[in-house]
Amino acid sequence: MACCSFSVSSKAIKVNIYQSLVGQVDPKETPMRQQYVGKVRFAHFDMHVQSSKKVLVATEKNVFASLNTRTGEVYWRHVDKTGPEGNIDALLMHGQDAVLVVGNGRLLRSWDINIGGLNWEIVLDSGSFQSACFVGQQDSVKYVAVLKKSAVSLHYLSNGHQKWVENLPERYVIHRYQAVYSGGNGEVYTLGVVPHSHITIVAYSVEDGEIIKQISVDAPWLSNIQASCAVVGQGMLICADPATVSLYMLDLNVQSQMTQIPLQSLGLEVSPGFQPTVVSTQPNPARPPHSEFFVQLGPDHYQLLQLNNGQIVALRDFKPAMLVSFATTGEKTVAAVMAPKNKTVSYFEDTHSFLSRACSLNLFSAESGRRLLDTTLIFNMDPNGGKPEKLYVQAFLKKDDSVGYRVMVQTEDHTLTFIQQPGRVMWTREEALSDVVTMEMVDLPLTGTQAELEGEFGKKADGLLSMVLKRLSSQLILLQAWIAHLWKLFYDARKPRSQVKNDVTIENLSRDEFNLQKMMVMVTASGKLFGIDSKTGTILWRHYLDNIPSNAAFKLMVQRTTAHFPHPPQCTLLIKDKDTGLATLHVFNPIFGRKSHITPPALPQPILQSLLLPLMDQDYAKVLLLVDDQYKVSAFPSTKNVLQQLQEMASSIFFYLVDSSQGRLSGYRLRTDLSTEMIWEVIIPTEVQRIVSVKGKRPNEHVHSQGRVMGDRSVLYKYLNPNLLAVVTESTDLHQERSFVGILLIDGVTGRIIHEAVQRKARGPVHLVHSENWVVYEYWSTKSRRNEFSVLELYEGMELYNSTVFSSLDRPHPPQVLQQSYIFPSSISTLEATLTEKGITSRHLLVGLPSGAILSLPKMFLDPRRPEIVSEQSREENLIPYSPEMPIRTEWFINYNQTVSRVRGIYTAPSGLESTCLVVAYGLDIYQTRVYPSKQFDVLKDDYDYMLISSVLFALFFATMISKRLAEVKLLNRAWR
Amino acid sequence: METTGSANVSVPCWVMFFRSRAPVLIPVRMSCLLSFKLSVFSTVLLLLCTRFVCCNNGRRVGDALDAEFSGFSVPLEHSFEVDDVAKFRVRGALVLKAGREPSVSLSQNQLSEEDRTKLKEVAAVDGLYRIRVPRVFLQADRQTERQMEGYLTAFVRACAMVESHLSDVIALHTDVSGYLIGVSIVTFPGACRGTEVEDEVDLEVFNTTLSIMAPVNAPGPETALFLERMEQELERKGKNPQEQKSFFAKYWYLILGGAIFLMATSSAQPPAGGDREQS
Repeated sequence: MACCSFSVSSKAIKVNIYQSLVGQVDPKETPMRQQYVGKVRFAHFDMHVQSSKKVLVATEKNVFASLNTRTGEVYWRHVDKTGPEGNIDALLMHGQDAVLVVGNGRLLRSWDINIGGLNWEIVLDSGSFQSACFVGQQDSVKYVAVLKKSAVSLHYLSNGHQKWVENLPERYVIHRYQAVYSGGNGEVYTLGVVPHSHITIVAYSVEDGEIIKQISVDAPWLSNIQASCAVVGQGMLICADPATVSLYMLDLNVQSQMTQIPLQSLGLEVSPGFQPTVVSTQPNPARPPHSEFFVQLGPDHYQLLQLNNGQIVALRDFKPAMLVSFATTGEKTVAAVMAPKNKTVSYFEDTHSFLSRACSLNLFSAESGRRLLDTTLIFNMDPNGGKPEKLYVQAFLKKDDSVGYRVMVQTEDHTLTFIQQPGRVMWTREEALSDVVTMEMVDLPLTGTQAELEGEFGKKADGLLSMVLKRLSSQLILLQAWIAHLWKLFYDARKPRSQVKNDVTIENLSRDEFNLQKMMVMVTASGKLFGIDSKTGTILWRHYLDNIPSNAAFKLMVQRTTAHFPHPPQCTLLIKDKDTGLATLHVFNPIFGRKSHITPPALPQPILQSLLLPLMDQDYAKVLLLVDDQYKVSAFPSTKNVLQQLQEMASSIFFYLVDSSQGRLSGYRLRTDLSTEMIWEVIIPTEVQRIVSVKGKRPNEHVHSQGRVMGDRSVLYKYLNPNLLAVVTESTDLHQERSFVGILLIDGVTGRIIHEAVQRKARGPVHLVHSENWVVYEYWSTKSRRNEFSVLELYEGMELYNSTVFSSLDRPHPPQVLQQSYIFPSSISTLEATLTEKGITSRHLLVGLPSGAILSLPKMFLDPRRPEIVSEQSREENLIPYSPEMPIRTEWFINYNQTVSRVRGIYTAPSGLESTCLVVAYGLDIYQTRVYPSKQFDVLKDDYDYMLISSVLFALFFATMISKRLAEVKLLNRAWR
Repeated sequence: METTGSANVSVPCWVMFFRSRAPVLIPVRMSCLLSFKLSVFSTVLLLLCTRFVCCNNGRRVGDALDAEFSGFSVPLEHSFEVDDVAKFRVRGALVLKAGREPSVSLSQNQLSEEDRTKLKEVAAVDGLYRIRVPRVFLQADRQTERQMEGYLTAFVRACAMVESHLSDVIALHTDVSGYLIGVSIVTFPGACRGTEVEDEVDLEVFNTTLSIMAPVNAPGPETALFLERMEQELERKGKNPQEQKSFFAKYWYLILGGAIFLMATSSAQPPAGGDREQS
């Protein structure tokens, strides 16, 4: 078995020779990283400089960032804690300062928007956050008012110090203060409501926080101020009431009754069942808001109104209008209105029509409601995108004092599109990619000529002559392509190298020599799918699936790869509602993103389990089995051929189900009539521990070597059970002395518990990788308060039970299990193992660290056979002596300085080169690179000396020739003698 | 399994020449050998919803004496039917002994004439031989608390049972707190080779190896031993004066040699370089 140890090197040599024949690959590639910010919650344009190129965004991913409005790139970005702790509640902008309220009113921060530096940060008093606003006096903004549930506080804008804090007068338990407002007259108003009873308004003096006045007005129809009211003009509160279809007006300065103005009296009508809303604008916090405001009367109906001497005047009606927004530049305030361009087709009726997908934007003077000339902007909606959701307008004064503008449109699929007049899209940002849920890498298709050649064999033979003709024609095409290629080479050679740029488009996509460039199919939480070129990061296609439930679970499967020309590759996405269990299938072509014409089966029953079989139908699509809650199995595709194959194979198709709420793992076998029968059951009592994860092996994993050569030249065979499941449990008792993490290795076919171990005084979250004959997991040790890695390896022993076939049903001997643990000096975010084409290359673990680094940790360090005492034999085996601490060496970071924020998952895929594994890390950012766990043993070095090698070869050749000749002469001479 | 980019039909080699292909290594692939015939499944769409069950084991200290330390018995049932619909009948009784080191023993009946023929019939159609045990809680003090709802099941191919002459290995697995969580059965030998079992006597008596297994404790990092070893190493170094020599003491001859060499080379060269510098 000594050959085992040499096999790697001999393969390496073979590959080397092959490479030298083919030529060189580009061994150095630039890793691709893209930074995202997440779905935008607040956005403000930097207005304090006329020529500013910044837009500040605060997102639902707790990111505060500045984007370049020319290119869409991130100037700077601050990533806060995840979860409610880092939640951005409010973003206020004034001049160079951006004030943020973070973590449900926990922190108040001020940032300098030019450089992204923190001006100051203060901790606010506890209490849930309600509202915040700037407070100005005499045309200058000096303070920030923060309204909490029970107190209002005023802070200096310059340093954040608290000027005063006042408790809110509370007469009723259900009293809720919801809004704070200041009109620049030295008073701060807090608006509270007792739902369905009355409004309370408390005015504080800016100087000392003294209550100036307190008003209470009956408003039995009102429940939420922020949703239905706005302050307009000189302190006039305007609320909309859907029940009586009227507006209510209240002057904050004088205590009075609310005046009711029926909308009908203004000639307005509200769409049935629609809650009208009031939109006002206050461009300068030191001055009162403008007296013009919008009232939304229906989903696509807006009305511009004006408050004129206490009277409401209707200025202009906008219908259909999808979105409206005010914008101010200098002294001019305009209203931007987005309307569907083709007015005959209603926007909401026909979302799939391409005709209705164009929108036009226009500017209207806010004072008069007149349309401004030459302000039309066309926005062509992406047919594969979502509907527009928000509109951010950047208005500016042109040289001739007229108003110009650019808009940033946010659509349902979290995309930001920045458009300039008359409709030029300057950039788009696909913020859905900040939340990638799952992904796959698909091989690119062959080039047209290659495909043509393949197609020749794909078709059925129809006669000798036609076959010959076909062959000749394809050879001609090849020749033509080759000449074209040569011509291109010649043409490009004259150009300087920097100009030769090949832009990747969907048309010229083709597989490269070593299959290093692939299509990354990414599924995001918003339901948008992307096809991204792995080399450049260019988004080649996108497809937005609407009607995705918010709590959907996704599973992406490649049913047919690109290898089966002329059949197009096919991916299937299983979308499952986590609550109801109901699922839908989306079948698409992963290269072009188009929805397949194959209609997936309707799934009326909740789906428990899905499995992709290696069985193929006559069109080379792998069969997907779906198990519903009646334990009935349906196949997709379900052609006759497939059903027949399934019937033949039924007795050898097993699957398992996990019900973590009951701690039940059960195994099923398929019957010929596609029903199932339960064949084993393991129940882990939920009183003691709960199942947190179950992981099998990756189906496309190859293991090159069946055993390990020991120091004494004997072989230790690996236990390579492809059906093995690693089940991780965590104890329900979380006390640090009694908590534990359980690891069960179960055979998925027979339900046999192969190994059962508990890691005492340990706690999750557990990260686990299961591959070949090993399982690596990471946990938190509560006793020592550190992260620890543990590795389990399974061996059959010195003899193999059955070396040709592995069958779970016929392995009576339990494997030997070796285990060792190590201290890891950092917590980790995610764990994955490298994967190569044939499994010859040694394995590395890819560890995503919270710091944003990705560590490539050699599996060699996680080897339970690492000896405590070094012996001759262990040295022979190249085992590293045991040391309890796992080092983190900086040269192991594969992303160097390219930090990847909040890594959530790492995806690995093999490439055509055995030495190379493609890695994609995703989280807030997306990072793609290649790793070479055993160095590039199958690629020639850059500085490979071809001249030297060939000259030596030639020299040797001639030397042999000459010496041969000389030897002959000598022999002849001797014979003569 | 797919090899990337390869055609499905054998390609004449003169066509191959034009096509650039990825290097294909053909090692002895393990996965090729693994037959898909026997088992196939995919990963789960796991619905990891956590529902905490209100747990009340009701263990009370006072009742400790109630337990008979002689053990208690639960039935071991088996089922083998030609139509593969499970009908469990009692095969024997498992006597479980709780305690710090739980043990188990089995008393079982012989297979009747009727059962023997049935088992052979089931084996002929490649049916399953299933066993099940009720879920029990070993550490419970009272009999009523031991029994829990539900069964743990396992199976083996009936033909393997027949061909091994009823030699099976049954293992019961418990969790940390003494709940029985799983049962497994394998036969020895495990394969079905289609050999006929002629002698009826071979199928009469079960030859069962029985074990009960609790989870093993996974090792933590071995810091103590490592530190000990480090200390020993240090001590060894301390004892050995050879390794305590200073840098100069160790390498004086190299340094000397280097210095002589440098001197030799500098004196050998004419001071031409220096001249040039001055000019």
